[in-house]
Amino acid sequence: MSKKIDENTVAHLAELARITLSDKERKEFAKQLSSILEFFSQISELDTENVKPTYHVVELKNVFREDESREGLSQEAALRNAPQKEKGYFKSPKIVED
Amino acid sequence: MAKLHENTATELLRMLSAGETTPVEVMATYLERIGKLEPKIHALTFVNKDAALKEAERAAKELKGAKGKKKPLLGMPIVVKECISTTGIQTTCCSKILQGYIPPYDATVVTRLKQAGAIIIAKSNMDEFAMGSSTERSCYGPTMNPWDVNRVPGGSSGGSGAAIAAREAPLALGSDTGGSIRCPAAYCGVAGIKSTYGRVSRYGLVAYANSLEQIGPITITARDSAMLLEVIAGKDIADSTSVDVPVDKYSQGIASLEGLKVGIPKEFFGEGLKADVKASVEKAVDKMKELGATTQEVSLPSIKYALPTYYLIAMCEASSNLARFDGLRYGLRVDVPKGNYDAMFSKTRQEGFGPEVRRRIILGTYALSAGYYDMFYVKALKARTIIQDDFKKALAKVDVLVGPTMPTTAFEIGTKVDDPLTMYLEDILTVPINLAGVPSLSVPVGADKAGMPIGMQVMGNFFKEQQVLGVGMALEDVLQFHKKLPPLAGA
Repeated sequence: MSKKIDENTVAHLAELARITLSDKERKEFAKQLSSILEFFSQISELDTENVKPTYHVVELKNVFREDESREGLSQEAALRNAPQKEKGYFKSPKIVED
Repeated sequence: MAKLHENTATELLRMLSAGETTPVEVMATYLERIGKLEPKIHALTFVNKDAALKEAERAAKELKGAKGKKKPLLGMPIVVKECISTTGIQTTCCSKILQGYIPPYDATVVTRLKQAGAIIIAKSNMDEFAMGSSTERSCYGPTMNPWDVNRVPGGSSGGSGAAIAAREAPLALGSDTGGSIRCPAAYCGVAGIKSTYGRVSRYGLVAYANSLEQIGPITITARDSAMLLEVIAGKDIADSTSVDVPVDKYSQGIASLEGLKVGIPKEFFGEGLKADVKASVEKAVDKMKELGATTQEVSLPSIKYALPTYYLIAMCEASSNLARFDGLRYGLRVDVPKGNYDAMFSKTRQEGFGPEVRRRIILGTYALSAGYYDMFYVKALKARTIIQDDFKKALAKVDVLVGPTMPTTAFEIGTKVDDPLTMYLEDILTVPINLAGVPSLSVPVGADKAGMPIGMQVMGNFFKEQQVLGVGMALEDVLQFHKKLPPLAGA
């Protein structure tokens, strides 16, 4: 189960997680993450055959309520914290390349 | 007569009702203390000075007009952790990425506090996004322990813990994902409870690991925690994981410890437990016996897997929850010249998140990625079931479990912050409870040779907060630790 995380793996994960890392950080993280992962690997000893995963500790049943509209945030309030906005929208850099 | 700040919150409320003090006098007293003590302990990130004084004046008028029934916390100042949303007041999780963010809405707990008449006096310091056990990883810099300013207050709600220990306020809120209420309560010599998962609404709590965390009180005594929990607990339509179970009269506690069955989990007294901590907890257990409780040893054999299980689940949930910080809707945005959306997104997160937050997101991403999902994430969820079963079996035999909150007392600032694994090991006795979902209270039971406080956890069955708090109240009535103030907070 133990798996070393090298710099290339860190770079790939950082890309998936949308976090830019410096070369130095990639090296440092590879070392730190490998030792943390090694520590985590002890759970592989645990026999989990026929054990159900716990997604929620208190068993909940589906709850229905009337489909009534309630007041939400105004557009102005929702946009108030946006670093950049235009015409009532959040403003993003280009998403699709030309 | 005791000085105003030497009173518990419960006593202050009585004094307010009896007209022995006024909301304005109370607020002015604590604001003055904040001014004097903050340069030494740095527990707070924002002081709501002018607004709080105005609110106190309004509360004073309301209190005069109130006959008989009044709001339960009318005129009481309260400190709120930086990760709990407060309309018009910064809520930054002590992260660069949320600098300048002013929530347009209140967390449900804050709405309930306001309806109860409480007044937000300040926001408190924390480890960035609640990821830490020392309050050293805040973008505002560390908080110091009022009992020894060279030491950490614990974390992640270290600001709330230190503020209560130094009596900068009579009440505070923290949040607890893997011990973040109980650790600072223990290290700062105050009380704090993580209630049953679903007991308190998480609406407006900035999510870190949503299946584990609860907002809860950090206060001078267990009795104060009980009173505050009564106000904030209960089903909330805005949080689908909050549970519709009646809120008990927690502050009434329990009649006595006579006949109470107390389980001592042997795994809580293993390797790495500091001798002074063990001695103090054992002394408290003896007191419980004197008060009529019976004890028996119990075992939670799987909790040796609790740390990796907890950190895997927490990191996976964090990688998903923190995906919302994209530079578009709130907080920091770092544009890259000619860069596209992904470039801005990635650069913002590099500059906005501290190293520990980035480590956890990246590890969580790894454990959730194709090929590792079953090996790590699902395995951890199954381990969680086994750990929860251990608690269920033990709590079928006894009413409550007790053990140390932390294996040691507060350590010196700077000694663990650079080594992630060493810091994780701090949480060995607190994370099992979050995995199980049961309530746990930390109450002060003594101090080590250096005078640093020691906390004991009282853990109970699902929704048995009244019993857990009742045990805490019975203990504090005989131990009286809350009468001792840190030297710097005394005068």
